[in-house]
Order: sequence, then C-alpha cells, then structure tokens
Amino acid sequence: MQIVINGQPRPVAAGTTLAAALAEFGVPARGVAAAVDGTVVPRANWDRTELRDGAAVEVLTAVQGG
Amino acid sequence: MDDPLVIAGREFGSRLITGTGGAANLAVLERALLASGTELTTVAMRRADAGGRTGVLELLQRLGIEALPNTAGCRTAAEAVLTAQLAREALETSWVKLEVVADEDTLLPDPVELLEAAEQLVDEDFTVLAYTNDDPVLARKLEDAGCAAVMPLGSPIGTGLGIRNPHNIEMITARAGVPIVLDAGIGTASDAALAMELGCDAVLLATAVTRADDPERMAAAMRGAVEAGRLAAQAGRIPKRFWAQASSPTTP
Repeated sequence: MQIVINGQPRPVAAGTTLAAALAEFGVPARGVAAAVDGTVVPRANWDRTELRDGAAVEVLTAVQGG
Repeated sequence: MDDPLVIAGREFGSRLITGTGGAANLAVLERALLASGTELTTVAMRRADAGGRTGVLELLQRLGIEALPNTAGCRTAAEAVLTAQLAREALETSWVKLEVVADEDTLLPDPVELLEAAEQLVDEDFTVLAYTNDDPVLARKLEDAGCAAVMPLGSPIGTGLGIRNPHNIEMITARAGVPIVLDAGIGTASDAALAMELGCDAVLLATAVTRADDPERMAAAMRGAVEAGRLAAQAGRIPKRFWAQASSPTTP
C-alpha cells in the first residue's frame, strides 16, 4: 500500500504502524510530533497506530521562526 | 528593581521576547539571544525533513531560554489549532503564540479565524499568546476569550515601520487585564522604548535584530530600550506644555 509523509508518497507494507513508517522516513527521536489524516497522534500511541492505505502523515519539528 | 513580567502565573525577568527567524546562522542567533537577555523565544513548526534537525531547540535548551512555538503560516483556525496541538506534542509545552494571517502581502491577522482559534485553544487548555491587529475591540475580545496575553502589532511583520497607531496601542494597554506585548513592526530601539512607554508589558521582535547589520549590538540596544521604556512608563512623564518653563531659578 501507499502512504504520504509530508507530501511525499511512500510505499509501505500493509499493517505498517506509524512508529515504523516514521522510523523508516528517518525522523529524529525527540522534538517532533505527528498527525495522521489531520489528527495528532501522541508519541505513546505511535506503536499501536496502524496506517491505512492512502493515509496522510504530517511530521513537524521546531525550526527558526517568528 | 524587581519587576518581573508575569504571563499566566509565570515570571520572566526580561520583558523582551525574541524570535529566532531571519538569523544568518545559529552562531549569530546565539550571540544575539545572549545580548538580548531574553528568557522566552519563538520558534516555528515545519515539516521535519527526513533525518534532519535544525538545532534551534538544542540551542535554546543550552542557553536556558524557553521555546514558544508559533503557528506562523496558518491561514485558518483549523490549521492553527492543529499546528498548536503538534507543537504541544513536539515541545512538551502548552504555550503557543497564536498567529493566523490573512494574506502574504500584509501578513495581517485574520480577526475572524484568530478569535475562533483562540477560543478553541483555550478550551483545550492551551496558554494562548495571541498575535493580533492594533484593534482595541479585537484585543478585548481575545482577552475575554481567555488569552493569557494579547500581542498587537505596531506595523506589519518584518516592515520595521515601528508603531503606526500609538493611540490604538495606548487604548489597548489602558484597559487590558492581561499582559500586552507589542509584537511586530519594531525597526529600531526607539520603537521598542515607545511600546513600553505606551504601557505595553513586553516587546516581541525578531527581524529588527536578526537582520540588523550587527544583530548582537542591536539585541543589546533593544534590551536597553525595553528597560528604559518600562522605567519611563512607571516614572510618569511630565505633561507636554505649549510654552517654555524655566528649569533654572528665575530670580538672580
């Protein structure tokens, strides 16, 4: 199946969790937050959040600004 | 003189809140932050590039400066609320500088979306510092919605045009029940001093320092200006007179 992380389409195996998808994408362990289809998923739930085909994942971090 | 800035029950020794945007690099930013004496500094939330880190959080942590995430770039209440929720998760803070702008040319706050986002975030127990227009009516509504601080602009973001409507700022500060932070438009030190003289509790600025020829020196200037303006506001200025009044004895 395919998901979209930060606008980039990525093929993943069926049943892939958010934790696995983000690990493969290469996000740092701290200082980031993720939303799936517009809803924030707390880090504690990444392991048990299975992604559906076509899921839109946004992963954000703090940058210089403001 | 012990005169802390208090927002939502938290005390800050410095009344200068800085942004981190616009600095040429982290080393320049570090020197400017140190010179500014700030204890609270904004950061933006952006997509994490695969494997990348920006290092700004680590820098703030090392300097002992609190990071205040903003919702810059958001155009709707829904976007701003989601960004604030992500920031809370990523930075482990429920404080947010709420920013909902209407268009790229003005970067002026969209009052309707801003107020709606403020209400939602307050409902979700965020400590909301709302960036707003220099509109006394909207400022009042944001305070009534439960914002911890209201942050009117002096002029549009990044323009350095100073405070275009000092009377509006004075009307906002005169009847505010929460801290008022002059946010955006500061160009140079006298603008920051004026903001404090108009009764603001603090000044938030970024571009004026980070894009100055010498950011470290300008940061020091802003620190002094905010302190001077605060003292002047508390000291009570003399009334303006039409005719001269001798300051030396008039009898020989």
